[in-house]
Amino acid sequence: MFYAILACALFVLGLHGLFASTHMLRKLLSLNVLTSAVFLLLVTVADLTDPVDPVPHAIVLTGLVVTVSTTAVALALLIRLSPGGSDTARGRPEGDQ
Amino acid sequence: MDWLAHTFDGLLGLALLWLAWQAMHAPGLFRSVVSYMVFGLVMALIWVRLEAPDIALAEAAIGAGATGALLLSALARLKDGSDAGRLHWRHPAELVFWLPFAAVTALVLGLTAWQLPAPGLGVDVARTLGQSGVDNPVTAVLLNFRSFDTLLEIGVLLVGVVAIWSLGPAPSPIVPKMPSPALPALGRALFPVFVLAATYLLWRGSHAPGGAFQAGAVMGAGGILMVLAGARPWLTGEEQGPWRWLLSLGLVAMLAVAVAMAALAGTFFAYPPALAAPLILALEISAALSIALLMFAVYLCGRPPDHWEAED
Repeated sequence: MFYAILACALFVLGLHGLFASTHMLRKLLSLNVLTSAVFLLLVTVADLTDPVDPVPHAIVLTGLVVTVSTTAVALALLIRLSPGGSDTARGRPEGDQ
Repeated sequence: MDWLAHTFDGLLGLALLWLAWQAMHAPGLFRSVVSYMVFGLVMALIWVRLEAPDIALAEAAIGAGATGALLLSALARLKDGSDAGRLHWRHPAELVFWLPFAAVTALVLGLTAWQLPAPGLGVDVARTLGQSGVDNPVTAVLLNFRSFDTLLEIGVLLVGVVAIWSLGPAPSPIVPKMPSPALPALGRALFPVFVLAATYLLWRGSHAPGGAFQAGAVMGAGGILMVLAGARPWLTGEEQGPWRWLLSLGLVAMLAVAVAMAALAGTFFAYPPALAAPLILALEISAALSIALLMFAVYLCGRPPDHWEAED
C-alpha cells in the first residue's frame, strides 16, 4: 500500500510541475514523472494478488516505449521551436526560408 | 529483516519524491535533466521491489539510458541556456490554491487506488503458459496473449520516427565536439559489451526477465555511444535505403505473422501451440533489431543525410 500512496504523491507532484513550470523542457520532464506515477500505480495493483499478474507488467513495458517515442517527438519539436541558435543547428538547410 | 525492507522502501520513496521535485524545479536545466535520469534509476530499484524485473530492466535501459541521452542532446541544442521557468513562487497566492488542490487530489486518488479490485489474470496466465511457447509470463503476454498491443506499440515508435524525420534534416553537427579523448576510446571499447548484453537479454527473454524491448534499448544506446565516439553509421537516410526497411522490419514482421495466422487459423495472432516458440523467437529478433534502430533514429533528431560527411 505504501507504493500506492507514493504513486498518488508523485502524480500530484507531476501535475503541479506540468502546470507551474514555464520552461517547456520542465513541462516535458513533469509529464514523464506523471507517467511514471501511473505506471507505479498499475504495477502496485498487479502485486496485490499472489501469482503476480503479468498483464499490467506487459502494459507498463509497452507504455515505457511509447513514452520514449512521445518524449523524442516533443524534444525534436522543442529544438526546432527554440529561439536562437543557427538554422543548421536546428536542422534547417542553409538558405531555406 | 522486515523492518530493513520497510526502511529501504521508505528511503526509496523519499529519494523518488525528492528527485522528481528536483527534476521539475532545480535551478538550471542541466541539473533537472540529471535529476530525471537518477529518478529513472531509483524507479528501476522500485520495480525490483515490486517484483517486476522486466520493467526494471526496461526502465534502466529506456527510462534512464535512452531518454537521458535524448534529453542531454536536446539540452545541448537548446541555445537559450537562460532558464525562464526557475521562479514559481512569485505569487504566494498560488500556494493557497496548490496546497488544498494537492491534498484533495492525493486523497481522491488514494481512495480510488484503495478500492481498485485486484486484477485476477495471474492465475489464467499461469494456466495457459504451457501453450504459449515461452516460460516467461511477461514475454508470453507481450508476444502471444496480447500481441496486438505490441504491434501497436512498435507502430507508435515507427510513427514517432516518421514524425521526427519529417521535421527536416538532422541538425549538424550530429554530436557536440568531445573535449576529452577518453569518451571516444571508451565508447569503442565498450561497444562489443553492448552487443553481448543485448544478445543475452534477447536470448533470456523466452525463459526469464528480458526480451526484445530491453535488448533493443541496450543496442540503441550502444549505437548512440558509437556515434558520440565519432563513428558514422553505414545506414543513411536515402529513400528506398536499407535503413528505412530495417526500421519497419519489426512492424512488417508482426503484421505478416498476424495476417498469416489469420489465414491459417482464422483468428488474428492465434499461433498454433506447435509453432508458437519459433514464431515468438522470430518476432523478438525482428522487433529487437527494429527497436534498436528506431531508438537510434530518434536520437538524430531529424532525417539523416543521404551521405555522411567524412569526419574532420
